[in-house]
Amino acid sequence: MAELLQTRGLSRHFKVGGTFSGKRLHAVDDVNLTINSREIVALVGESGSGKSTIARLLARVYKPTAGEIIYEGRSLETLRRRKDLLAYRGDVPMVFQDPFSSLNPAYRVKHGILRGLILHRPELDAAQRRAEAVRVVEAVGLHPAADILERYPYQLSGGQRQRIGFAQALAYRPKLIIADEPVSMLDVSIRIGLLNLMAALREDEGVSILYITHDIASARYLSDRIAVMYGGHIVEAGPTEAVLSDPKHPYTQLLLSAVPDPRAPLDPAAVADRGEPPRVIDPAPGCRFRGRCPLAVERCEAETPLLRELGPGHDTACHVAEPDREHTR
Amino acid sequence: MRSVLRNRKALSGLVLFLIFVVLAAVPRLFTSITDPNKLAFAPAQPPSGDHLLGTTALGQDIWAQLVYGTRQSLVIALVAGFFATVLSVLVGVSAAYLGGLADEILSMITNIFLIIPTFPLIIILATYAGKGTLTVVLIVLVITGWSYGANQLRAQALSLRNRDFLESARVRGERRSYIILAEMLPTMTSLIVANFLGAALYSVLTAAGLQFLGLGDPNSISWGTMLYWSQNQQALQSGMPLWSIAPGLCVALLGISFALLNYAFDEISNPALRPVRRRRAAA
Amino acid sequence: MPLLSVQDLRVEFATADEPVVAVDDVSFSVGEGEFVGVVGESGCGKSTMLFALARLLSPPAEITGGSVEFRGQNLVTMTEKQLNVLRWRDFSVVMQSAMNALNPVASIGAQFADAIAAHAKYTKAQTAERSVEVLKLVGIDPVHLKSYPHQLSGGMRQRAMIAMALLFTPDLVIMDEPTSALDVVAQRALMVQIRQLQAQLGFAVIFVTHDMSLVSHFSDQLLVMYAGQVVEAGPTRTVFDDPQHPYSRGLLDAFPSIRGPRVPLVGIPGSPPDLARPPAGCRFQPRCPVAEAECDTSRPALFPVGPAHSRCLLNAPKPSAEEVHHG
Repeated sequence: MAELLQTRGLSRHFKVGGTFSGKRLHAVDDVNLTINSREIVALVGESGSGKSTIARLLARVYKPTAGEIIYEGRSLETLRRRKDLLAYRGDVPMVFQDPFSSLNPAYRVKHGILRGLILHRPELDAAQRRAEAVRVVEAVGLHPAADILERYPYQLSGGQRQRIGFAQALAYRPKLIIADEPVSMLDVSIRIGLLNLMAALREDEGVSILYITHDIASARYLSDRIAVMYGGHIVEAGPTEAVLSDPKHPYTQLLLSAVPDPRAPLDPAAVADRGEPPRVIDPAPGCRFRGRCPLAVERCEAETPLLRELGPGHDTACHVAEPDREHTR
Repeated sequence: MRSVLRNRKALSGLVLFLIFVVLAAVPRLFTSITDPNKLAFAPAQPPSGDHLLGTTALGQDIWAQLVYGTRQSLVIALVAGFFATVLSVLVGVSAAYLGGLADEILSMITNIFLIIPTFPLIIILATYAGKGTLTVVLIVLVITGWSYGANQLRAQALSLRNRDFLESARVRGERRSYIILAEMLPTMTSLIVANFLGAALYSVLTAAGLQFLGLGDPNSISWGTMLYWSQNQQALQSGMPLWSIAPGLCVALLGISFALLNYAFDEISNPALRPVRRRRAAA
Repeated sequence: MPLLSVQDLRVEFATADEPVVAVDDVSFSVGEGEFVGVVGESGCGKSTMLFALARLLSPPAEITGGSVEFRGQNLVTMTEKQLNVLRWRDFSVVMQSAMNALNPVASIGAQFADAIAAHAKYTKAQTAERSVEVLKLVGIDPVHLKSYPHQLSGGMRQRAMIAMALLFTPDLVIMDEPTSALDVVAQRALMVQIRQLQAQLGFAVIFVTHDMSLVSHFSDQLLVMYAGQVVEAGPTRTVFDDPQHPYSRGLLDAFPSIRGPRVPLVGIPGSPPDLARPPAGCRFQPRCPVAEAECDTSRPALFPVGPAHSRCLLNAPKPSAEEVHHG
């Protein structure tokens, strides 16, 4: 599996508190994330964890405050010309969360797809663009495609609109789709259909997906690898099954215990935690989870833990976590 | 179009407006007089078969003046309204979308024009520009009329700015100018039309006011100048009340037609505002 | 006598054409201290039904049939004045989004004082005392009486809403998706808190949500709604362990598990029917994996299945052998 995109020390800070204040909100700090080709990586975290900011950094909506993003071996900083940036946008499109505001209500549904084709596949003529629009709409499971393309967004259901969002992304022949909470606003019975669609896209179109969500259960269902974010940091990352069956970071353990699973009995642990994620403004060094961590020790106060490999491909940023018995490092 | 016909407000507003349009377009259909300003008749006549509304103190047919005057008032309303709206849209929407320093500067300019008391400004401008020709009046109206709309449009554009479809266009790689013109504006048509109708209304009333004060061209034919001359000749006190009332009523009616069209447009484009009339249950 | 008894409740929305039936003959009852979960997806009518219960509907929606008996008194036929006597003292409401339901320009303490003043004559001291008491109940430091809603976190805002609903220790608290804006850990904490308060104060809860798994461990009774009707009702564990209605089964299967084997899931294809033109027969039939010929034409009633009920023709009582013989 080839490495498609890699972030190194990626950080993004925002100014808060008025024009003259020096305070900085550390939305994302020192993130190293790798996405390979033909792979679905889930980025899991609560609101304020920084996962949406990562999406926007990768989609070049924001520029990083520090660190770099390496795509296919080249740093994104080297993309100066509009042409190069456009090519990147064609390779790495984004799908948005809200089906009710992600399509322009003033235009028919084909508008976004055709605009995307005009911008990113200029070699096509009008007839070819039309044919391609039909192809991607069918590829996302909407039939009859020609009919759907002529509809306005208000004539489609939430699930259908989200599929159009994926169709728009597919039209570019992308390598990596950034999906920012694509199913959170859909009804539960519709979500599975879209999750299955994403898995199919990885198989049939060979595309990678960065699946950003707060729902760890759907992350498990869909992804090959998972990264857990807290307070702007990645606290645990690795193959999905490994991380979820043997979570090493106390925050991952907390998340897992809080997920309601009707088939399992109620886990009395972690009930004491009220669920107040931090707003990280001008943070001091040390682990950002220490205030809520039942295992915190003195070292957690002074020293920010870095990701250490504690199992095969399984990294954890915690001073207290134990490596796998078989894993020697 | 069907929804326009079904909506009572729209229909009445439209009918009223069209009446004025016809009067302005083909005044000869409504009066045989070709030059309403010519002092051709006996002064201060009460309404009669020859003179529907009587004559002025100077011997002009009031009805003829009214009919011919429609053209100027309508032109003022539509032209000033249009240009004021264009300015509002450009400044308001750009300020919202560009944000940062550009927004600060544009908003400051908008607010300056907003706070300046309009009537004194109008009077100063009109007097300074000489006894106003139509062009001067139009310019003055546009300069004083755009800022209110700009604020409104900026507010709406700000609320739209974070809508995902705009971010989607940005992530797609569209240019900023394209996003503002082709993605944002089409979703704001309701407010832009409302702004236009509001600006047209403002222009009608303010132009009449300017002309009433004598700051227009007193020799031109318009409702406002009729008001000027009738007040000058103390029409209400001298037994020629129609000379004042008729043009005043027309100004009001044209204004009402714009207001009705405004309501109607809102209701048609936003189904949530429509009154729900229960259909009688089938027997 | 049950605390609340809803019988054949019907809510219609007036439109330019035929009225749309949003809640179609819904019946259920709530006992003292019971936790009833009402589950369904968007458009199923659960929120409309909740608003109808609390008599909070405004035109074009209105109750056109049925009764809502609270301790024997029918809320549907009461006047506003009569309702005001009951409101907040006997039953209260917690809205979906606290940020939208709380006044952003008034402090928490001021809003509590408003709520109290609207329903009782307390002195300033009594108001302050009670406000501090309810905040402590939900685990918020009373210093926050001076805070404004935007200064509190999402979880705290929801708890403040619940505190406000408990000012007069009502017998019934109606909650409309109070956790949907919260993250998973905060959600869990809030649910546990609600249960604790119930044990402490003895009030009943009607909890509306789209998230079936959320109520699975907390509710006593579960109602599943679809297209304006109750399609399954019964003790929560029964409904989860052995769902009878194909929709409930589909819904339950649509939750990926975090434990156990990873299996491909199917979800429920299609969308809910247009309530302006509901299907002639069973409303779930167009999406049902086990539909039969008669499902198209006959409308199923709510059939008893053990301790639960299911609105599915497959659950209709079969004629006994004797009847078949003689019929």
